Amino acid sequence: MTNDEIKGFIDNAIRENRVMLFMKGTPQQPACGFSMRASGALNALGVKYAALDILPDPRIREELSGLSGWPTIPQLFVDGELVGGSDIVMEMFESGELAQLLGVEQPELDDEPNPVVADEQPVQQRPIGLENRLN
Amino acid sequence: MPSAEDLRTRIEEALPGAEVSVVDTTGGGDHFRAEIVSERFEGLTRIQQHKLIYDVFGDEVGGAIHALSIKTQTPSPAGDPR
Repeated sequence: MTNDEIKGFIDNAIRENRVMLFMKGTPQQPACGFSMRASGALNALGVKYAALDILPDPRIREELSGLSGWPTIPQLFVDGELVGGSDIVMEMFESGELAQLLGVEQPELDDEPNPVVADEQPVQQRPIGLENRLN
Repeated sequence: MPSAEDLRTRIEEALPGAEVSVVDTTGGGDHFRAEIVSERFEGLTRIQQHKLIYDVFGDEVGGAIHALSIKTQTPSPAGDPR
């Protein structure tokens, strides 16, 4: 896959998935605490989202950051717009702004809000398959 | 290897008058958390606020600075409705 093809794929993924998360690892197996928090917040809200693991090829991250102007991972896009990285996603999750943006009910949070708990159900996530096309 | 103090100084130089605290979250000199209160953030979205901080470090974020967690605030009193 050429860099332009990767860029095109990322661009499409952002446009075609209302809620699109670029992360290290997968919602089922996050490879970094920051990515785990961002996908955990989406899981806790029960929204359907697409997730793409940026780790299989360093060019994914390069092209993504080139497009978004955002240097770190994860990156959450909603309706084609960059919402933020894990700090912003968590701030918005805790304040209820993320639920509002996504049009869902804010879940009841425990005293210590931590969306990444044992019974999280990342079933809503669907892989979008770039990793299968990189060879 | 950058220190928390280096990061703090550089943010303060880029945003004069800002109140900045930086901690090295792992003690390893590559994971940091920065909290910044600055008037420069007034009227900016969170994305724009965080980008101002990322821009101070350019390519070092993701390089020598493996992780930089950011919290930005304007000097308005906490709890002030926006």
